[in-house]
Amino acid sequence: MSPTYEPVTGRYLHLDVLGASHRIYVEEAGQGTPLLCLHTAGADTRQWRGVLNDPEVLDRFRVIAFDMPWHGKSSPPAGWHDTDYRLSSRDYLDVVLAVSSALDLDRPIVTGCSIGGRIVLHLALEHPDAVGAVIGLQAGAHVEPYYDTQWLHRPDVHGGEVCAAVVSGLIGPDAPAEARWETLWHYMQSGPGVFKGDLWFYGVDGDLRPRLHEIDTARCPVFLLTGEYDYSCTPADSHAVAAAVAGAQVEIMPGLGHFPMSEDYERFRAHFLTTLDRAAAARR
Amino acid sequence: MATPVEHLVERSVNTPRLAHRGRFLTTTWLLAVGADEYRIRIDDGVVTSVDRGTYAPDTFEFSLRAPAADWALFWSADPPAGSHDLFALLKRGALEVEGNLQPFMANLQYIKDLLATLRETSP
Repeated sequence: MSPTYEPVTGRYLHLDVLGASHRIYVEEAGQGTPLLCLHTAGADTRQWRGVLNDPEVLDRFRVIAFDMPWHGKSSPPAGWHDTDYRLSSRDYLDVVLAVSSALDLDRPIVTGCSIGGRIVLHLALEHPDAVGAVIGLQAGAHVEPYYDTQWLHRPDVHGGEVCAAVVSGLIGPDAPAEARWETLWHYMQSGPGVFKGDLWFYGVDGDLRPRLHEIDTARCPVFLLTGEYDYSCTPADSHAVAAAVAGAQVEIMPGLGHFPMSEDYERFRAHFLTTLDRAAAARR
Repeated sequence: MATPVEHLVERSVNTPRLAHRGRFLTTTWLLAVGADEYRIRIDDGVVTSVDRGTYAPDTFEFSLRAPAADWALFWSADPPAGSHDLFALLKRGALEVEGNLQPFMANLQYIKDLLATLRETSP
């Protein structure tokens, strides 16, 4: 009996970025227009398993997803044990651009979720000619912190368990149990303090509200997809982005939450495929 | 009508895996549904008593307080977005969590699941 493999291949990319040597885990499948996928805070590329296995996507798109440094199978840089991980807007942009450049991607469509949805707005603002279009999932310009993130990384609370418990309610209530718990497993596996460090970008450093109006969708088309049950980046937050960015298109996805591509791919895919078509047609 | 809070005693035992999830939690905490206060005792993940009354802050470890209307939404059979999770209530300012938060955060999924057993559709 022959083994059953997915069409996805995984490799390690060596990259000098952020002043250090990094070993970055990259997954890829399909052929065609490059589609670069960015995971959420405290998670990894496994969130994109639905897209990476979707024949209708792979027929037309070269799908690439990578684990950010410190995440998934991308190790933290040497000396990590003497530092506190904290993601800044600048560092996040530098990593995404460095990976795209290293893989020689020509004006990729970049999609990202949550922090990934935020950074694609930064890309559209600061590097509109480096990307063909952006699709922000659960993308808002800012979130007011509503709990103390210190709880995510301290010795008297299990980091994996608390990170998963914090985000568990962000998943749509009707998500299939298997996908729900797979999504939470990713959070349970995140390295100590990594989710907390990502949230520094999400809640503090990455506030885009003052500059949203500068995004030029004639140079970089912007599409937004947001799940109804997300209380971190709410539908209202994405509507606020669309209202501030002339030409941005927004769609609210009923029944879905903060991790649409991972928590319920079947429900997500109709919205995503339609938007992907629009992004490909609008790609600059 | 939401299930009475007192039913937490049997729900904590009869809901599969729930007591296991909370097996390292032993605490006394306060649930406030509007002006109604319930002091809840948990031993090794099992709710052993629920007492309605008025309690001084030094008689419980932590408290969860929300208006009765918000708990009613949370405990409805099909909670609307924004009322479907404790942190959704927290995000929109309906829920206040005070006191020693360590047992609450260390057992967050357990507390979420325990309170969700009072939903109208729960067995």
